[in-house]
Amino acid sequence: MSVFFENLPALVVVTPLLMAAVTAVMPARLANLAWMLALASTATSLIAAWLNKAAAGGERISYALGGWPPPWGIEFVTDGASGLVTVVISSLAFASTIYAKPLIENEIAKGDIPRVYAAWQLTVGALLGLVMTADAFNLFVFLEISALSAVTLIAMGAGKDRRALIAAYNYLVIGAVGATFYVMGVGFLYAMTGTLNMADLAERLPDVTSRAPVYVGMAFMVAGIFVKAAVFPVHMWLPAAYGFAPTAVSALLAAVATKASIYVLGRLIFTVFHDLGEIVDLMLEWVVLPVSLMAIFVGTILAIWARDLKTLLAQSSIAQIGYITLGFGLGTSAGISAGFIHIANHALIKGGMFMAVGAIALALGKRAGIGTIEGFGRLMPVTASALTICGLSLIGLPLTAGFISKVYLVLAIIASDYWMIAALVLLSSALSLIYLWKMMEALWMKPAPHGVIIKENPAVYLPLWLIALANIWFGIDATLVTSSAEAAAAALMAGAGS
Amino acid sequence: MLETLLMQWNYLVFVMLMMTGLYIVISRRNLVKKLIGLSIFQTALFLFYISLGKVAGGTAPIIVPDGAESGVLYSNPLPHVLILTAIVVGVATTALGLALVLRIREAFGSIEEDEILAMKTKEDQESRAE
Repeated sequence: MSVFFENLPALVVVTPLLMAAVTAVMPARLANLAWMLALASTATSLIAAWLNKAAAGGERISYALGGWPPPWGIEFVTDGASGLVTVVISSLAFASTIYAKPLIENEIAKGDIPRVYAAWQLTVGALLGLVMTADAFNLFVFLEISALSAVTLIAMGAGKDRRALIAAYNYLVIGAVGATFYVMGVGFLYAMTGTLNMADLAERLPDVTSRAPVYVGMAFMVAGIFVKAAVFPVHMWLPAAYGFAPTAVSALLAAVATKASIYVLGRLIFTVFHDLGEIVDLMLEWVVLPVSLMAIFVGTILAIWARDLKTLLAQSSIAQIGYITLGFGLGTSAGISAGFIHIANHALIKGGMFMAVGAIALALGKRAGIGTIEGFGRLMPVTASALTICGLSLIGLPLTAGFISKVYLVLAIIASDYWMIAALVLLSSALSLIYLWKMMEALWMKPAPHGVIIKENPAVYLPLWLIALANIWFGIDATLVTSSAEAAAAALMAGAGS
Repeated sequence: MLETLLMQWNYLVFVMLMMTGLYIVISRRNLVKKLIGLSIFQTALFLFYISLGKVAGGTAPIIVPDGAESGVLYSNPLPHVLILTAIVVGVATTALGLALVLRIREAFGSIEEDEILAMKTKEDQESRAE
């Protein structure tokens, strides 16, 4: 057993990656077994991530991969921040995997199912690795593994709608340009410091006398991660990608994919570059804050305009990512913890909403739009009420997780004396009520179509309700999330060396 | 100024290649040409890393046999190793991209972005009208 506990950080990442290789070669008749293996590997990741976070207890635990000590070898770091994000990612991945089975069987050709689960696990494993690693170059590798496997998953939506292929292609090209920008930045930093380990970089960067290459490197790295995290204005790939991907994939990606990149953004800005001085504050104030605000408004307005439900949710994700980066942009520990709270809560909200919309589309047999879901509140009450709970959480109604996010975010903004921004955030919440209302009106206020009887599938609505209840639970008793988020902010701000 | 630039011509080549690649990715309408541009863009990055690792007058970083003179100057091997990984990633990206283009050709009957986007816009409007 001690081997198990000593290698927890590696297990979190390696289990899904290894299991992906096994599922990839399985024949089509073993599709159910492939699903079970995916379920087992995500469950193992979840348990390992949970134990790992508990074992770290907020301290910084360094794990030398392959026994090569850092800074030479690749280091996996567990601290308040990466511990929280790995638990969020692995638990949402687990819930999505439970939910995925009936939807994937419905949307994807039988022969492809085992390989879809392989790409599924690759995505999950790579995202977890992205969070755990403390090596700037290794981060790039995980970034690309997650992107390539996510592209494959998105392209599988072509069975239902050929536009998925264009979405996948665009994500591939835009994502590859972003990742290359990131590596170029790493090259600049490596040239100036001679190290790739993040803790080492943070220590050596302030001592570099010629600052220009460092700033250029920083700009490239941050821009690259912006693309991956779908921060406005380089978010263009996201709405189509989430809109046309197979339903189960949309639920998985919306819940976890951009979260890992946003976490990386926080880690770079607040741990690696933090000691560079004024330039970081300038970047936060003049780049991160304005683009976050624009993301919030552009995303919300496009969501109001959208009619297709998955596109609507994807546009709303752009806005929600804006809330997270807005918290980071404040640069205060209150702001960063507000960002982390929303990382966890938004994963619950959007994961749940995509699952519910997927369940409706499954019953409907085609894409769910505002016009096609009329009266479905009566036909599918279990699913529709879970969707309503997650939706209320999205706009931040009290007693839901979203409310906690909004309160902490607004308080953090006011503490930094940005009254204007606080007002804008409240305004945007009011605007998001409009698109939620459009959905709710169609669901509950319209008469149900005649002669249609839908039997809801427990395999679909059980994981959905699990997430809906989590939205309520974390709205009433938020201490677990808020204390973890505060620990996460403290871990990032503490930096690695200082 | 010009002299220092010319002394570091390898970096000039890297910047020019990189910009060429990025320009192709943005400007070309043919999906395969876009991927070619992406490859050039990534290859330029490889040159950048390899240039970083080169030490003037340095030799390959291999173990010196016993009795050979000590204090041999080595090039830095680490960037080469990193780029080996990046090349693999680049190959995977190109392969997946080409596979997607094949599927797009099957589904849309074209690999010209303009034509595909026209079909896509039409489908977007149809699904909006529903």
